[in-house]
Amino acid sequence: MSATPYATPLDLPDFEEEVVTEAHVRYLEPRGLGGKAALITLDNGYDHTKPSSFGPGGLKNLWRALDEVESQEDLKLIAVTGKPFIFLAGADIKLMPSLESREQGLALAQAGHALYKRLKDSTVPTFAFVNGVALGGGFELALHCHYRTVSTSANGLGLPEVSIGLIPGWGGSQILPNLIGVEKAAQVIVGNPLNQNKMLRGTDLVPMGIADAEFEGADFLEESLEWAVKVATGETAVERPEVDRSVWPAVIAGARQLVDEKVHNASAAAVRALDLLELAQTATFEEGSLAEDEALADLEAGPQFQSSIYAFNLVRALGKRPEGAPSPGLAKEIGKVGVVGAGLMAGQIALMFARRLEVPVVMTDLDEERAQKGLAYVRAEIDKLEAKGRTSRLKAAKLRALVSASADKSVYADCDLVIEAVFEELGVKQAVFAEIEPIVSEECLLVTNTSGLSVTAMGAKLAHPERLVGMHFFNPVAVMPLVEVIATDKTDDATLATAYAVAKKLKKTAVGSADRPAFIVNRLLGRMLAEVTGAVDAGTPIEVADVALDELGLPMRPFALLELVGLQVAWHLCQHLNEDLGPRFPASQNLRRMAEAGFPVFDAAAKGKGRLTEEAKGLIELGGEASSAEEVKERVLKGLAEEVRFMLDEGVVPSAKQIDLAMIMGAGFPFWLGGLTPYLDREGISTAVSGSPFLANA
Amino acid sequence: MNDTIRDVVFVDGVRTPFGKAGKLFEETRADDMIIRCIRSLLRRNPGLPPERVDEVALAATTQIGDQGLTLGRTAALLAGLPKSVPGYSIDRMCAGAMTAVTSVSSAIAARQYDIAIAGGVESMSNHPMGEGVDPNPRIIAEKLVDPEALNMGNTAENLHDLYPHITKARADAYAVGTQQRYAAAVERLSADVTTMAARSTDDGWTVATADELPRPGTTLEGLANLRTPFRPHGRVTAGTAAPLTDGATACLLADAETAAELGLPVAMKMVGYAFAGVDPETMGSGPIPATEKALARAGLSIEDIGLFEINEAFAVQVLAFLDHFKIADDDPRVNPWGGAIAVGHPLASSGVRLMTQLAREFAVHPEVRYGITTMCVGLGQGGTVIWENPNFKGAK
Repeated sequence: MSATPYATPLDLPDFEEEVVTEAHVRYLEPRGLGGKAALITLDNGYDHTKPSSFGPGGLKNLWRALDEVESQEDLKLIAVTGKPFIFLAGADIKLMPSLESREQGLALAQAGHALYKRLKDSTVPTFAFVNGVALGGGFELALHCHYRTVSTSANGLGLPEVSIGLIPGWGGSQILPNLIGVEKAAQVIVGNPLNQNKMLRGTDLVPMGIADAEFEGADFLEESLEWAVKVATGETAVERPEVDRSVWPAVIAGARQLVDEKVHNASAAAVRALDLLELAQTATFEEGSLAEDEALADLEAGPQFQSSIYAFNLVRALGKRPEGAPSPGLAKEIGKVGVVGAGLMAGQIALMFARRLEVPVVMTDLDEERAQKGLAYVRAEIDKLEAKGRTSRLKAAKLRALVSASADKSVYADCDLVIEAVFEELGVKQAVFAEIEPIVSEECLLVTNTSGLSVTAMGAKLAHPERLVGMHFFNPVAVMPLVEVIATDKTDDATLATAYAVAKKLKKTAVGSADRPAFIVNRLLGRMLAEVTGAVDAGTPIEVADVALDELGLPMRPFALLELVGLQVAWHLCQHLNEDLGPRFPASQNLRRMAEAGFPVFDAAAKGKGRLTEEAKGLIELGGEASSAEEVKERVLKGLAEEVRFMLDEGVVPSAKQIDLAMIMGAGFPFWLGGLTPYLDREGISTAVSGSPFLANA
Repeated sequence: MNDTIRDVVFVDGVRTPFGKAGKLFEETRADDMIIRCIRSLLRRNPGLPPERVDEVALAATTQIGDQGLTLGRTAALLAGLPKSVPGYSIDRMCAGAMTAVTSVSSAIAARQYDIAIAGGVESMSNHPMGEGVDPNPRIIAEKLVDPEALNMGNTAENLHDLYPHITKARADAYAVGTQQRYAAAVERLSADVTTMAARSTDDGWTVATADELPRPGTTLEGLANLRTPFRPHGRVTAGTAAPLTDGATACLLADAETAAELGLPVAMKMVGYAFAGVDPETMGSGPIPATEKALARAGLSIEDIGLFEINEAFAVQVLAFLDHFKIADDDPRVNPWGGAIAVGHPLASSGVRLMTQLAREFAVHPEVRYGITTMCVGLGQGGTVIWENPNFKGAK
């Protein structure tokens, strides 16, 4: 423990950039209470688009509000709620990078504890009326109250700290498992943040045991207060099921195994959160709080958190306003979309455009049979969406009406955008555009979904190459949030602006890439695989090479990635990169043999794990130079650093930020690496390989 | 086809607390207030399957913004009524909710609906009287209406002119009385007042539980020196007029058989109603011909009426009514639990407040067989509804 006394909010230095959340207090005399109720509203003065959060100023305001409330006589209940749609979105994330020392982080953790403890230890019953978004420290504030109501229309509830490299350190890790049991708590605190940061909805809280009562949004506050009066007067008894403590060690062990499997324990925050959940079985609240303080201070001072904040801000800011996009005002209206091809990818693209743009989408293929088969696939997908309740009956009917298919390419005549999703070969794509250009208007955007071919070459024979642009979607297109937008030297601003505007309507994060081989994500994943297969070719056993990157916590190991993308595709990419970018992308012969095997290479019983069948193991020829896992890791990271430097030098992207954003959104690279380059920088690899870090301030 | 008329019953009525315009509910949406009333009605009557509601008729005087968009339909949807339940908006200025009640009741009597919700709302904070009006220039060119009659305060001064025996002193005394009667009845009234959340950007949320406007300590001395804002040396003051008010009301109406089928309580039985026009310049006299018309149609006389709920837009207009029917200023049958001068008058919503209040009074007055709810309406109208007390214990 530090020698300084335990901090309260009043000890915290002010944070200049804080949007300070006020804690307004009003006293009510509800019928039947026989005394006063204090209703505290947390409100930062902005509408719901700027959620209230807590920095030192906000903590102080609630501290003082509680001082005032506690001085009241005849007080029978204290309730906390938020401004419309927002309860409290947690600690102010902008504040975190300004913490200059571990002591400051510790003080912030202690101050939150000291404040919330007052709600927990209050002799007057305390209530949280969770009317809307309650994240992190906001959720924890509610957990400290003696009772909770939740609006069934609330969204954005949970403890997402682990996703940004922290732990719920204002009591969440200790209260929640003791409230709802460690299994559900581990799901909320660790499982959900590592599962694309899944949030809870208002209707989840009562079934999970987190809230005691739920009320509809229409008169949530009135009904909450009425309920609170009944609880405070003893008319309504709140019963909570006993937490099963016998399962505690087994649940923790299981959760540790899951975190190991999922991210190979690379997330320091996840590991630390599990430690705290384990502690919560036996620790007193005070012991648990102290452990949270230490964990929070450690993590805030650590590299993963800094990288996570960088990544968080990247996704939030750059993800919304792509760098290099021309003025959105130049974008053309898209009233009809053509998709060339009616295969699986084309069908997915057609459905996505129909769902998001809500304009007619027409697919074509070589003959009527293929076209109708493609259409049947899309219709079946719409049926599935409707059956799962993902789309309403009316919207499903609209989608069915919007998507059509034909063998006759004249249907493109009135399209404003035609995107090709045909076989990944330059000649084929050139032929497609040559056939289409005379049919469409001069204004119609021509878009290629190539994953790495030269867009410039594709447009070489076009009469109007200025309306050609690349939009590289990732498979499965409905799920993967990234699209790489590729302009050639000839692409005009209106076309490029339209591509970005379309990406936004498709709800994709767009990252611009120069027209260089494999663009951003595939080039770096290609380089990663090239180094791994290179190590294997040289003599490293697959079992060693495959786990070499585990400590980074990438979403999948290299061979699982190969299994996912498909060996033929990977081999195709490998050859293509070898031709375009040279011998640092060697044409791995082991990869070639696997791609050409003609029998199952991956063990179907371990689907998704990239495990080779016994037969396939016979294909692997190892050279004489075996590397250790550590050496493979170093080789891969150096390769990646070298490739990033090449990409920056070639102008593939204006800065390393776009690379990180693309790797996060397109390849699922974790926040705790900051995507890629913050990790390479902090490990010194950037400087060792290319002479300087990639990010100026990292 | 069954062409017999059915009995229409008033099942239940609720209202929000009434707030002073510009204060308690200044930042509260009007639609949210009436939604709260509808939801409260449904909660108070759990025997009513919401899908059985055949109509939602809601009134507002200014039907724009949060009082527009066909409030009857939007509020029904937002209140969580099934989408199959229709709704519409209705306007007769101050008698909006009263007209909503008479309209749906006629349809219930004529077997077109079994159950309906009627009510009204007015946020005078956000929709002050006259907002967005565009009077036809012929009103002036052809001298159809004195333009001053568009201001209700002026029409009240006109009534004092017309009936000089209604002095300011009588008006003041009436106002003091209604404040006292409200104060004495506030606990009983609260049974039909739902709570209402109200937010203030500066102060945060509160949950209103009580009317904001009443001045229980009002004295003759206090009223004597108030300004007369509508005319120099006039007689109408803020103390003898209903204040500018925010509030909403709603009630549940049914035919007698359906009410019995669903076990819904019968608080009042509708006898009949009438609306009548008078000079816009003396719109406050509207209740007189409306009441005469309604009584005549019902075959009743004023002596049959045991309780009067008359909307107190102005004291002078109540006194004109009482004088006409030869009823004393302090007759205990008139507004026995206080009126709009105390509680407030959120224009289009007041009609249902009168009914809800009369229903409660009926319950404690089994000796009374008939009561009326009546009110004056801007631009020269009056509306009167006659109700029968189901608790009546006397000889019929």
